[in-house]
This record gives sequence, C-alpha cells and structure tokens, in this order.
Amino acid sequence: MQDIYLLVAGPLAWAAWAIFFLGSAYKIWSTLAVAKQKDQVLLNYVSFRYALRSIINWSIPFNTTNMRLHPVFTGVAFFFHIAFFVLLIFISAHQIMIEEGFGIGWVTLPDIVADILAFAVLGVCVFFAVRRVIRPEVNYVTDWTDYGLLALVTAPFLTGVLAYHQVGDYMTMVILHMLSAEILLVAIPFTRLSHMLLASLTRGYIGSEFGMVRHVNDW
Amino acid sequence: MTQYSAWDWGVGSKTVADLSACDCDIEWREESLASPDGEQVAAVVKTGDAEFGVCVNGECWEPRYERVWYLKYSPDGRLTALANDQGDWTLCVNGEQWEEGYGFLWNTMFSKDGSVIACCVADSMTYGMVVDGVAWENLYANANNFILSPDGRKSAAVVQTVPLGQAEIFKFKEGVYSVAVDGEAWDVNFVNAWTPIFNTDTSLVAAQIRVNLFDYTIAVNGKPWAEIFNQVWEPRFHPKTNAVVAPVRVSGRWGMARDGKLIWQPTFFQVWQQQFNPSGDQLAAIVCPEYGRWTLAVDGKPWNTTFGDMVMDMTYSPDGRRLAALGKQDGKWTVFADDRPWSGQYDMCYAPVFSPDSAHVAARVEKQGRFTIVVNGKEYGTTFDQCFDPTFSPDSSKVLIRGIAGGKYQRIVEPVTQIIG
Amino acid sequence: MKERVWIQDEGIDRGAEKLTPERIEKTINAVLGNEAGARLKAYVETCAHCGLCAEACHFYMSRDKDPRFSPVGKVKQTIWEMLDKKGKVSVEFMKQAVQVAQTECNLCRRCVQYCPFGIDIAYMMSLVRRIAHKLEITPLYIQDTAHSHSATMNQMWVKDDEWIDALHWQEDEIREELPAARIPLDKEGAEIMYSVIGPEPKFRTQLIYQAAAIMNETGCDWTMPATPGWDNSDMAMYTGDSEMMGRLKRMHFDTAARLRVKKIVMGECGHAFRSVYDTGNRVLGWRMPPVPVIHALEFYWDLLNSGKLKVAKKFEEPVTFHDPCNVVRGRGLHEKAREVVRAFCTNLVEMYPNKEHNYCCAAGGGVINCGPPFKNARVEGNRIKAEQLRATGVKVCIAPCHNCHGGLEDIIHKYKLDIELKFLGEIIYDCMEKPNAV
Repeated sequence: MQDIYLLVAGPLAWAAWAIFFLGSAYKIWSTLAVAKQKDQVLLNYVSFRYALRSIINWSIPFNTTNMRLHPVFTGVAFFFHIAFFVLLIFISAHQIMIEEGFGIGWVTLPDIVADILAFAVLGVCVFFAVRRVIRPEVNYVTDWTDYGLLALVTAPFLTGVLAYHQVGDYMTMVILHMLSAEILLVAIPFTRLSHMLLASLTRGYIGSEFGMVRHVNDW
Repeated sequence: MTQYSAWDWGVGSKTVADLSACDCDIEWREESLASPDGEQVAAVVKTGDAEFGVCVNGECWEPRYERVWYLKYSPDGRLTALANDQGDWTLCVNGEQWEEGYGFLWNTMFSKDGSVIACCVADSMTYGMVVDGVAWENLYANANNFILSPDGRKSAAVVQTVPLGQAEIFKFKEGVYSVAVDGEAWDVNFVNAWTPIFNTDTSLVAAQIRVNLFDYTIAVNGKPWAEIFNQVWEPRFHPKTNAVVAPVRVSGRWGMARDGKLIWQPTFFQVWQQQFNPSGDQLAAIVCPEYGRWTLAVDGKPWNTTFGDMVMDMTYSPDGRRLAALGKQDGKWTVFADDRPWSGQYDMCYAPVFSPDSAHVAARVEKQGRFTIVVNGKEYGTTFDQCFDPTFSPDSSKVLIRGIAGGKYQRIVEPVTQIIG
Repeated sequence: MKERVWIQDEGIDRGAEKLTPERIEKTINAVLGNEAGARLKAYVETCAHCGLCAEACHFYMSRDKDPRFSPVGKVKQTIWEMLDKKGKVSVEFMKQAVQVAQTECNLCRRCVQYCPFGIDIAYMMSLVRRIAHKLEITPLYIQDTAHSHSATMNQMWVKDDEWIDALHWQEDEIREELPAARIPLDKEGAEIMYSVIGPEPKFRTQLIYQAAAIMNETGCDWTMPATPGWDNSDMAMYTGDSEMMGRLKRMHFDTAARLRVKKIVMGECGHAFRSVYDTGNRVLGWRMPPVPVIHALEFYWDLLNSGKLKVAKKFEEPVTFHDPCNVVRGRGLHEKAREVVRAFCTNLVEMYPNKEHNYCCAAGGGVINCGPPFKNARVEGNRIKAEQLRATGVKVCIAPCHNCHGGLEDIIHKYKLDIELKFLGEIIYDCMEKPNAV
C-alpha cells in the first residue's frame, strides 16, 4: 500500500502535472497553429480589446442576458468553477504537500469551510447529472461521455471527502483521491474539459467579431 | 473631330462654353461631358414636358425625345445618346438617329478607334446586339456579358440557347447558356458562361465557364480547357500567340493559368484584371498577396507597395515597361507607378494615363470636392468644380486639361514641364 | 417527443437520387477537413453540451421547447454525426441534415450571444449547407435563386434591360409628384451608389420610388448603376456556394468602383448587408468592404442628424419596431434605427426581447427562399414572434428588411394578427418635408 501511495504521490503526480501542462500547451499551440494555417483570414479579425471585453463580460456573474435567464444554473456554475480552484489551491492538505515539495505556502481554508465547500461541489455534481437527465434540451445532446467527464470531475471530490471523513480505508481513499485527480489532470487537455483552455480563444474570437466588425455586444 | 495629332496643341487656355447658355429653353441640364479633343461640352437637357434633348456648346440637337440618356463620346469624337422616340429606342449619333428603332437599347460600346458603335438590344423579349444600327440575325431568350471586339468587326455575348421554365434547376444544370459571336452561338452549352473576350484578329473568343455547380474553367471557341478549377476569373489572350491566361483558384488560393497549366503558383488570396503588356512579353495583374493587402504582380512577383482598401485601374505604359494603378488606403486614394506611390492623397482618383513616350503618368483627382489633374505626382495649380481625364500630346510634351469652373467649360493645353516643374 | 416531420422537396429528393455513400463521405471530409479549420475543431471540443443555447432559438421556443430544434440539437443532428462517423453517413441522413441546416436555422446568430463559449453555431450550419451544395441537394427554390444569381447577377432573373426600364419607369412616376426629381443612372463620380435587391425592380418598385424621393428631397448626389452589379442580394451565401458569393460581390464592388462613388448606400435589406459588409468581401480578400457600405437605417440617421432630412409631420399611430438580425447583431444599428423611428413616429411600443437580442423573423438565412414546401414549418417555427407582436397591441410594425417582411407577413396571416408591415423608408417618405413636391 505504501508503495502504491509513493507511486501516486510521486512519479505519477509528476507525470500527471507534466502531461497536463505539456498537453495544455500543445492543445493551445496546435489550435493556434491550425488557425494560422487554415483560418488565417479569421485571425485578421481578432482584436485584443474586444476579446478582452467579451471575456470580462462573460466572467462577471449574472452580467450576460443568458445568465440572468438561468439564475440558478448561473449561480451553481460560477460556484462550481470557483470552488474547484479554491479547493485545489487553498485546502490545507494540498498546502502541506506543496510546502513539503516546494517550500512555499499561503493561507489555507479552515477545514470546516473546505469541508462544506467540498460537499457543496459534490452537490453541484449531482445537480449537473440530474440536469442532464431531466432537462430535455440537455438530455438530447448528452451521451455517455458527458456522464464520464462528470464522473472524472466528481471523483477527486468524492474521494477527498471520503478520505477526510475517514470513510473506508483512509490510505485507499487517499490513493484513489490522488489517482482520480491525476486522471482528471491528464484528461483536461484531451477531452471536452479542454474548454478550460479553449474557452478564452473561442470567446475572444467571437467577441472580436461582435465588437470590432459588427459593433454590437455579444452578451 | 480632327485626328488626335491634329488637335489644337497650342499652349493656352480658352473658355469653350458657358454652361448656362443654351439656344433652346431648358428646364434643367444634366451632367456635362467633354469631347476627347476638348472642343465640345455636352449634356442632356430637359426642354419641355417629357421632352429631352442634348445641348452641345450651347446648341441643342434638333430632335427631341421622351427620354435621352447614356450620353457618350466615341473615341473618334462622335457624340452618342440613347433616346426614346414614342416608345421605340434608338441611338443618336451627333443628332442623327439610327434608322431602325428597337424595343430597348442600352450599354453603348465603341471600337478602339471609335469607328464602330454598338448597343445591346432587347426586342420582343429577345436579346442580342446592334452594331452600327444593324441587329444580330439571331436574338436569344436572354443575353448579357456583351462585348465588341477592339477593331469593331465582331460582337459577342453570353446567350441563353434553351428555354428555361420557373425553378427548373435540373434543366439549368444540364446547361442552357452559350456564347454567341455575331449572333451565332457556340454549338455547346454550359451551366454558366461569363466575360467573353476576343483575340487580336477576332478569330477566337474565350470565356469563363461553369460546367456544373462547382467546377470552373475557361472555354475557347466553345472548347473547354482540360483542367478544372475551383474558381476562375476573366480570361485574356496573349496579343501575339493566342495563348489564354486566366486567374484560377486551387485549394483556396489564386494563381494564374495559361491554356490550363499553372504559370503563377496559387499563393495569392486574390488575382484578377491581368493584362499583357503590348508586346506580350510581360503579364501583370492585381493581386492580394496577404489577406487584406493589395498590390500589383508582374509575372507572378508581387510589388512591395501594398494597400489595405483596394487597388484598381492597372494600366500599362505604351512601351510596356511601366505600370501604374490606383491604390486606396484608409479611405484615401493615390496613384502608384513603378512600385512607388505618389505622395498626394485624394478622395478619389481616376484611371492613370501614360504619355505616348511612357515617360509621364497623369490622373484626374478629387480632393475636398475640388478636381484637378496630377502629373507624375505634381498637382496642376488650378482646381475645378469638375474636370475630365487628362490627355498627353502626341509628342508627350503637353497635357490637355478639360475642366469646368464657375459654370464655364475650359480647354487648357499646358506644357508638362510647367506642371512637374 | 412528437414525430419528426421530414418535408419533401424536389431539389433535395431528386438531388439525393444521385448520391452514393462514397461521394457523401468524400465531400463531407473534404469540406470539414480542408475548408474548416481550428474554429470548427475548437467549437466541437469546447462545447460542453450544456444546452444553454436552447432558449436563444425561436424555433425551439416556438416548437414547445422540442430539443431537436435547439441550436446544439441541430449540431447534433448534423455536424457531430458527420464527424463521429467520419463522413460515413447515409443518404437519408444527408437529406435530413439539409432540412435542419437549410430550413430550421436562420443563421441569425442569436445563439452565439447565449453560448458561454461564444460558439458560432450559424457557422456550423453554414458548413452543412456547403456540404449540401457540393452534394447538389440544396432545396429547389433557393437553388433556383442561386442559379438566377449566377446567370443574371441578380436574385430574380431580372434581365439587363428590365432593370433600366424599371428605373426609367419609377423616374417617370416620381416626376408626377416631384417634377424635377431624377434617378441618375451610371453617373460617374456621384457620392453615393444606391443598390437594392432583385425583388425591388420586380415586385416592390415603390421602394425605389420612395428611396429616390428621399435622395432627391435631401439633396443627395447619388446614382444607380445601369449595368449588372446593381443587386446587392446574395442567396449563394446561404446555399454554401461561396464561389458564387464572391462573384456577386466582386460585381457589386467593381460597379461601385467603376462609378467612382464614395460609398454604397443600400436599401432596407438584412441578408444583403451581411453579404456585402461581412462575408462577401472576405471571400475576395478584402478585410473590410473596399467601398464603405451604409445600410439604409444608418443612412436615414445620417440624413436626419445632418439636418438634410426634416420631419414634416409625425406618424401618429403607435408602431413597433422589428430588429433585423443582420443589421442589429450584424452591425449594431438598433439605437440609430430607434432614433429615426422616434423622430418620425409619436409612439414606439417595444417588443421584448429586442435590439440585439431580438427574435428573428424566421425567414432570414435563406429559409423563406426555400419556398412553399417549407412555409408551414417555418411559420409554425416562429410562434414566439407572433406572441411578441401581439403583446405590443399595435397595428403597425416597422421591419426594415425584405426577408423580415416576408416572414412577418406569413406570421401575421397565420396567427391572425391585425398588423400592417411597413419599411422605415415608407414612413419617412410619408412624413418628411418635400420642398419640391407639387
């Protein structure tokens, strides 16, 4: 068990982060390279100013028309994305590992807050799953990959919560937690989770077209 | 009108006509037009209730019509207008109308020397051309893309040879269009045909064709090139060899093909309006070497001076060694010749004109609503309310300037050295 | 879910008879592989299948939120399947894909404003149309219109002489009211070239009359071409025939350049504006239109603000204003249009949502041009617009776009709305100062 722990906490973690960073860099680079080759015309319509205008406007909760049309989803989605990163960066258990590895640290979340956040994120994952089932317009465009990706995202939180609350074998849970997080990291550049990387590009492009050429807001 | 060399090339200026004066009563005067030699100024005038005429140097043509329009001087100085006489259309040349009347006439064309005048004709729902008053024997259900050969001997148009009912898309795809020369259609039909053009001795006609909804090529006397392209533009004949060149698009980029084979690699975002120089040893075109930048290319090699908005009116010098064109950047026009732009920026420029010895380039320009001419980048001191294209004297030493200022039309001959200093 | 209705269309059905699986596969892969690039790839890989675009679509809203009519639902029925199967789709699938992309999407781009990632679904539907064009399974009527464009350089098979004749006729007509008025043909050096769409000389000559009245009475230096190139419309853009789109737009801009005008002012048409201002120039290599293009709405606003256009009387009846997609989402003219409407009308009652968030008329994007076979489906697909119109309670709707007129007319008829449609130019013509009128 200890060996497995050392493996997932050591080489596998390094590998996952490496694949994540390299894969992400490759993803963005390859998208831009193809754009340069095949969408050269479009690159002429990219404006930094209007790209940024669009990205900022879509980063403010309830700022866009569609966000206001779907207040619950908007709230939940913003919470999810923010909580995802807050937990990743500010949870004390992660902090300890970072400090051990790199000798740096920053403020951490009180465990109770982290715990509530983690439960809430799990709740959001359930919400996402239920929404996929019960909303016809979502269900119609949902296939197994959507549930698969949701499962990938849910797994680190579920295992994290279980480990924290010592449900099941602690070591097993910790290993599963790390493993699932590593799988998620690796998956990001190579699945539709890559929206994390590409969203700013698609948003920026359309924001430029709307702002610079069409002189109209895209939100 | 006298021959070009015999025009009055004596330096000086004279007022040819006061535009407010006319020997008939007029309600209004339309746009003024100056004759090539500068000795006349003409306009369509309204002379009464639904009655129009043409006023030349203050004198009205005798005949009056319900409508007169499309006033044009032929290169040999004859003044033509399309006129509607009690429902029939005719062409008036220097006040004399063609004998025959037609259902409708439009788009007056001239041979290069002006000796032949042609029009498009529609009569009883059939279409074709009338050359010097004589219509094609065969007229068609529709015709367009009309052309008169430079020597005036032949005329051609794209014609519809097969009747086509409403929404008959499958019949359309079998081909209902052809090219007719002097009214005789090629014995083959295409899905589309555009921009027919004659070779020097008028024995050949080349046109763009579409053979289905997405394959394009060039046909010469009805025979398509063996090669098919994603898109093509207007063909041009070599002045001596009868080879045909046309811009062609391959895998999304434009190049140039000669008789179906690529001679300019398809690297451009656009290529069009190609021209051979008079001797045929050089081929130039307007090109877009990088997206949104325009210039000229000579034998496939683009110039360095590029413009963002547009390039047009590419013109070869008579000796075929120089090229000039208009370029527009940020809404302002200029002339560029020999890969160098003029320093002046104008609201509008007209096609550049070379001197017969190819040494000078001139153009009519507009700045803040005033017109003048510019020679080799140097503006003529005087401005006009309106002016016409400049013409160089046969020995290239003088320029004929035709302009209107203060309601008076002036003819000015100025030494080139006076303008370029 | 209700059973899906697949409509018979001669163009699609007879075209499909000639299809083979090999040709379909080759064509799909050629278009998606060679012509589409990083944009399509990024769109497909970024889409989170969240369904948030659904309510942007009037078809979805009007069809009781049937998910097959949501924007992403249309992508699923077309592009996703083509990509998943690497082009190995059936003839039947292609026929259905054409119906979805060509008649159930107006390319109005409203969903672009609702997608968190800004995915341009209209672009993907255009790709499907491009594939259909290459497979020759475009619906009959719009294909016929594209053929007209190719053969005559206008939308309505108008012959060279008929165009000039229509202008002469309108000039004669207008002189009854404005004796000194002219429609100057082919006037080199005029400031403005006024261009219209094919149906104007054919069916709606009064619009040319009204435009000429406005031009004359506001003292504009203008002209209309006496040659092909006068038509700014472009159904080739909507059948995926981008080569023909380029040919049409070249003709249009070359004509303006030949006439040495400073700008092109175009009539109240939406799709033509999109073609001239946004898409057509691009396929030719012009980053922006080489001759500035001013839509009628902006032109009216300019005239009003420069003091050339003066209000003689107000249009008293309450009006509502329909925002055409291609000039609001396509050019942001909604505020200027309203300023003009308010100047001429006493009471403007808004529809909601409006301005750049308007609902489309369901005719645009070439949908109405697919003709009678799809008419009922189209009108049923825009119940929401009828509800919007009804809620205003007004009897006059200003719609400054030809396609919108067609679409709204059908809706008004079907849903029994007692509303009269007007172009803005009509109201201006009626209410402006005409100092030279007799």
